[in-house]
Amino acid sequence: MTALVHMTATELAAQVRARAVSARAVTDAFLGRVDATDAALGAYVTVDHEGARAAADALDRALADGADGGPLAGVPVAIKDVIVTRDLVTTAASKILAGWVPPYDATAVARLRAAGAIILGKTNCDEFGMGSTTEHAATRTTVNPWAADRVPGGSSGGSAAAVAAASAPLALGTDTGGSIRQPAAFCGVVGLKPTYGRVSRWGAIAYASSLDQIGPMAATVADAALALEVIAGLDPRDATSIDLPAPALVAALARGVRGLRVGLPREYLPDDLDADVAAAVARAAAMLADAGATVVPMSLPHTRYALPAYYVIAPAEAASNLARYDGVRFGARCQDPADLDELYARTRGEGFGPEVIRRIMIGTYVLRAGSYDAYYRQAQQVRALVRRDFDEAFADVDVVLAPVAPTPAWPRGATPTPLDMYRADVFTLACNLAGLPGLALPCGATAAGLPLGVQLLGRPLDEATLCAAGAAIERARGPAPRAPWPEGTP
Amino acid sequence: MIGLEVHVQLATRTKAFAPVAVAYGAPPNSLTDPIVLGLPGALPTFNAAALAAAVRLGLATGSTVRTHSRFSRKHYFYPDLPKGYQISQHDEPLCAHGHVDVWHEGVRHQIALERIHLEEDAGKLNHDGATSRVDLNRAGVPLVEVVTAPVLPSAELAFAYMKALHRLVRYLGVCEGDLEKGHLRCDANVSVRRRGDAALGTRVELKNINSFRFVRAAIEHEIARQIRVLDGGGRVERETRLWDGVAGMSQSMRGKEEVADYRYLPDPDLPPLALDAAELVAARAALPELPADRLARYLADYQLAFDDADLLTSEVALADYLDRAIAACGPGHARALAAWIVNELLRELAGRPITACAVAPAALAELIVAIDDGTISGKLGKDVFAKMIATGDGARAIIAREGLRQLSDPAEVRALAEAIVAANPRQAAQYRAGKDTLLGFFVGQLMKATGGRVNPQLASDTLKALLAG
Repeated sequence: MTALVHMTATELAAQVRARAVSARAVTDAFLGRVDATDAALGAYVTVDHEGARAAADALDRALADGADGGPLAGVPVAIKDVIVTRDLVTTAASKILAGWVPPYDATAVARLRAAGAIILGKTNCDEFGMGSTTEHAATRTTVNPWAADRVPGGSSGGSAAAVAAASAPLALGTDTGGSIRQPAAFCGVVGLKPTYGRVSRWGAIAYASSLDQIGPMAATVADAALALEVIAGLDPRDATSIDLPAPALVAALARGVRGLRVGLPREYLPDDLDADVAAAVARAAAMLADAGATVVPMSLPHTRYALPAYYVIAPAEAASNLARYDGVRFGARCQDPADLDELYARTRGEGFGPEVIRRIMIGTYVLRAGSYDAYYRQAQQVRALVRRDFDEAFADVDVVLAPVAPTPAWPRGATPTPLDMYRADVFTLACNLAGLPGLALPCGATAAGLPLGVQLLGRPLDEATLCAAGAAIERARGPAPRAPWPEGTP
Repeated sequence: MIGLEVHVQLATRTKAFAPVAVAYGAPPNSLTDPIVLGLPGALPTFNAAALAAAVRLGLATGSTVRTHSRFSRKHYFYPDLPKGYQISQHDEPLCAHGHVDVWHEGVRHQIALERIHLEEDAGKLNHDGATSRVDLNRAGVPLVEVVTAPVLPSAELAFAYMKALHRLVRYLGVCEGDLEKGHLRCDANVSVRRRGDAALGTRVELKNINSFRFVRAAIEHEIARQIRVLDGGGRVERETRLWDGVAGMSQSMRGKEEVADYRYLPDPDLPPLALDAAELVAARAALPELPADRLARYLADYQLAFDDADLLTSEVALADYLDRAIAACGPGHARALAAWIVNELLRELAGRPITACAVAPAALAELIVAIDDGTISGKLGKDVFAKMIATGDGARAIIAREGLRQLSDPAEVRALAEAIVAANPRQAAQYRAGKDTLLGFFVGQLMKATGGRVNPQLASDTLKALLAG
């Protein structure tokens, strides 16, 4: 029998529901794995041994009393630290929230719990989700489980690393400009960014509200589909939440891709694209074609404007969303401020890291009365054009196939300027500007053994087609290799 | 010229963006939740009752109510502002271009509004020596800001406008209108211009005016200040001044160099507000008769004195009372009813609401009819009224029970009068000798003999005839 930590979430839930294994045994196995590996991996910022075991025991008692256990019965889940968890420290990987214990659960977390999932702990990320490397966290460094000298990607790098290193079968991330899909690609796991509004943002600590979306990260498309089914659906507490039932995604996995039209946008395959990345996309295209899809070239002409538009809109919303961290009501407060202005300035200056401060400054600048029209309003107009590109494209194709990042995971410390890092988001953030669903999954590796990912972008609310196409690639590809982390660990 | 920005607290059960009760005087921070506190991850959802109230006010002021409007964030740091921004409306307010009708000294004015927009209130700071404590019970309470065009020519009319707006929002039931609780709060923009100048002068904003009386005082003070500056050859600086009602003066809060930049941002957490035309039609149909129209009707249809009509339309329940009483006895008695309510009923109520009154409108109508048709005298009417207040019974029942019907039968009165004259021969002789003032004595005797029930005119006429004969 496969070791518990190497089972998929789907398998684990089936085992627990069949009473073949207890939720407690599953939880202990993963907690043991975390304890053995995380000092070096750095995927977690908080591990909730006690809470996880108590929840597992409670589930086992309910199962003994004849309860069904739920679709994620006994499945441990790691939660990105920008998603609030009741009574469990949540810091958004920021000093300004050090020690903050939320009095409530995010809706996605509450729905996981209700489905039988066990919350293992909180995963590391770029502070407030701002970054593409998980190097902008306040306290920890997360390494890529495929190569300790590489970044795991970001900002959901901790969640991606945890799944890749089998220290959680399932994790939640958030994706504002690619923060689920890019670390999934860097770590060789599946990341699903749902349609904007599909999953409630209630309890997701806001980075850029009109772009943020919570989504699952898992070892397989099936696990991601199962998790999204659980967390999706209308939430009256999020006014942007979509009033449609959660989609039947697991059922869509077997659908296949026969007759599907897959678009390859030329703007996402520039001449100077990394050869390994281009090869991964070509491989995925061939797999889809072999499975019966038609692959066609296409164009998304406003792609080149998406990056600058994103880096106006996201910081503008971030500057606004982060105004509440003022040291008055919760979180850190500076020592002995002389007056109110100093309380604000020092609390924020000491509490926020440099990348967050940079984006607050950019956002504050673009929203000034004198620059609003030149920057923010214009960026919104670009956003509308990017959306229209996709609308027009989806009249012809059912799904768009593209690279996730321009390169595989790069060495830690290798993005010397913020702009270098921002440019690496060029293929992921248009999806957020348009509010579309996106699925990243592994497709091959570099000669050095680094995972390569591809992404599928779909029509709004059409996660089912993404999952069907992703599952088709998985079938053609065979099981993705496991990260060799840590060496010698089974 | 003066323009007013009035914050009106909407009378909703819960806050604008959170399912938390709105109440006054609760223990500090007891009316909060993650949304009100601005905790990380908390999101606002808009209260439909606040929207309905704002739409009602928009329609009642003849505003263009947008079927599509949106919320923006207005950013500034202050300890009573939990999120670091206030959710307000900026570029797409709910209502535009309405007006408030103001009756002032018998004349109806239409005061143009620029806009009415929705927003949330901030919390409160309680200062205690070196310590300041934040109370967020008020944070997130729904407000509308009603903004006039700069069209008010005087502090007097500004004061009248405030009262008219107060009356209007209470009529509509959109605001409880308790000034003590800060339900209406006013900022004033004041600019003076020299006679003959076309352009408006430099505008100064007065903040923090928290009573109607202060509106008038603050504006008068500011007009005088600006005239003094101009007459002294100076220039009025564009600035914001804080009004201190207790000291009766204002002080500069910030000048134009430090004009606030609120860095407005359309709120990405709140989808645009969408109303459909049918909702607006239904809301318009549900509007009550507005106070200015009611006052106009009282003047035109019943010829009430302006002050009476003004007083009687000050509260919707009072005007309803009058209308119900008129309905019971007909418009011919309207003036008498109005006078009775103003002079007797309100005195009796001594500030208590009309709804607490024991005398039903129909009962009062009976009383007025009985007086008007001579069944009882006005003087007797007051006694009957006192008994109505005490017992809650109708006028007719009391008159019948107490035998108070006025003696108006000439024969009966003549017989009684003859007896009085016969019993007072000395006074009769003096009267006939020319001492006319003794007529009062005889009338008084007759009144006394009848327990006040005799028709005074008939008594006087009958006695005069007898004594002359």
